[in-house]
Amino acid sequence: MTTSWKHLCAASKLAEGEPLGFKVDDRRVALYKVNDEVFATDDACSHAFALLSTGFLDEHVIECPLHGAMFDVRNGKCRSGAYKDIRAFQVEIRDGEVYVNLDCPPVNEACLDDARDVNS
Amino acid sequence: MSGLVVIGASYAGIEAALSAREAGYAEPVTVVADEAWLPYQRPPLSKDFLLDLVSEQNLILRDGAFFESRRIDLVLGQRVIAIDRQARRVELAGGSRLSFDKLVIATGSHARRLSVAGAELDGVCTLRSVADAIDLKARLGDASEIVVIGGGFIGLEVASSAARLGKKVTVIEAAPRLLERAISAVVSKFLLDAHRAAGVDVRLGETVASMIGNAGGIAGVSLSGGARLRADLVVVGVGGIAADELADAAGLRCSNGIVVDELGRTEAGDIYAVGDCTNHFNRFAGSWIRLESVQNAQDQGRAAGLAIAGHREPYDSVPRFWSDQYDIKLQITGLSARHDHIAIRGSVEQGRFSVFHYKGGKLIAVDGVNRPGDQMAARRLIAMGVSPSPQQAEDPCFDLKSLLRAAQRADA
Repeated sequence: MTTSWKHLCAASKLAEGEPLGFKVDDRRVALYKVNDEVFATDDACSHAFALLSTGFLDEHVIECPLHGAMFDVRNGKCRSGAYKDIRAFQVEIRDGEVYVNLDCPPVNEACLDDARDVNS
Repeated sequence: MSGLVVIGASYAGIEAALSAREAGYAEPVTVVADEAWLPYQRPPLSKDFLLDLVSEQNLILRDGAFFESRRIDLVLGQRVIAIDRQARRVELAGGSRLSFDKLVIATGSHARRLSVAGAELDGVCTLRSVADAIDLKARLGDASEIVVIGGGFIGLEVASSAARLGKKVTVIEAAPRLLERAISAVVSKFLLDAHRAAGVDVRLGETVASMIGNAGGIAGVSLSGGARLRADLVVVGVGGIAADELADAAGLRCSNGIVVDELGRTEAGDIYAVGDCTNHFNRFAGSWIRLESVQNAQDQGRAAGLAIAGHREPYDSVPRFWSDQYDIKLQITGLSARHDHIAIRGSVEQGRFSVFHYKGGKLIAVDGVNRPGDQMAARRLIAMGVSPSPQQAEDPCFDLKSLLRAAQRADA
């Protein structure tokens, strides 16, 4: 495992449907567990500054708690085309620990350009 | 070249265009708008934009390349002056025409103007568009005494921004409390206290008799009760009216907005209308209603876009609204007008609470401050017709989501 993989927490800390937020090197990342699979995205909503990890997870869709923007945690895609997508990151579980690759291109590379002014 | 033509490039219009594309609509899509700006966010115009926390550039929702990649032509800065239903084309102010197979009207709403003497004086402003906001921001910089007419969402947001900029602000509201038609008395009182604590002079139950001018510019406001206030800037926020002139002139049925069905269709099946400019039957209101909100614009726009691409997914969303004033995040889910009982969850004193509204024992709306989790649970509860008892709502330890899980299990 290269250094670009960041250890976030023990997989056992994640509960189905209960997102968790992390701060990693000044970057905010949210983890989600859906049907035993773990996903990671930016934790900041693309629309206005709010933490998705405090939002409502319904299957693979996370809803921003403030204004209702909805994103697919598998690919970061916003349900409303008007708002920018967020980044989704590669996740690996090793020895029961969750690692996220923040330096590699996000799994949804196409949204990189769109994501540059997240939080603005 | 025909295909889909959308009039209006705000939330509703672009949602319709993007949803149609996403759902496989393969014909040309053209969005035409009188504003020259790329589609932008409107909610910050009365808040962070006035405070210089968000630039014009950061208001833009998506850039030109994004629309290009979706094969959506943006025709900006061009006003549609007529819809020719017979010839199936729209006419632009410059004389050119666009043919359509399907048309979406997303013309939004206009700011209602006051009909008192002096309402046309320089320095009497309204706020709808980014152009209005740029003008207002420049004037705010120079102004020292500001009178806001109307204690609704826009008025209160502008008052909050102006107070934060250190201005002397007075709010004139005709009703006995703030946001009377939209929120509970408890939340009204909370907002009133917050504005007064910020130094804003809020006058309830007062109306404007006339504007006082000086050399063509605004100098003050005269109230019906006899008081006179000095003002070098007046912001009028007394609601909106549907921008349905084009539809009306084309003979489409309009009654406080363009009348549409659950797919956003007008009586002319290939002409749709979405967003602020429409009137639809809403089961959460229990009546026909015209809503001005981002949620309504997006969800109705999406239903229309999908229908145009051949997918029937009726608009059936719980209405939602929000407003940011000072550090208060006000959120509203559902429509509370018909309620007969309320229950309060959380602490009003600590500024984190929700007001649950019931009608005949059924939960119909939740408004509140700084408790977004309650809002998200409420949206699902109201959509599913599941009601916590008032005692459960008042108990902060009661998990509202447990009712959702129980309902989902019962469904399965």
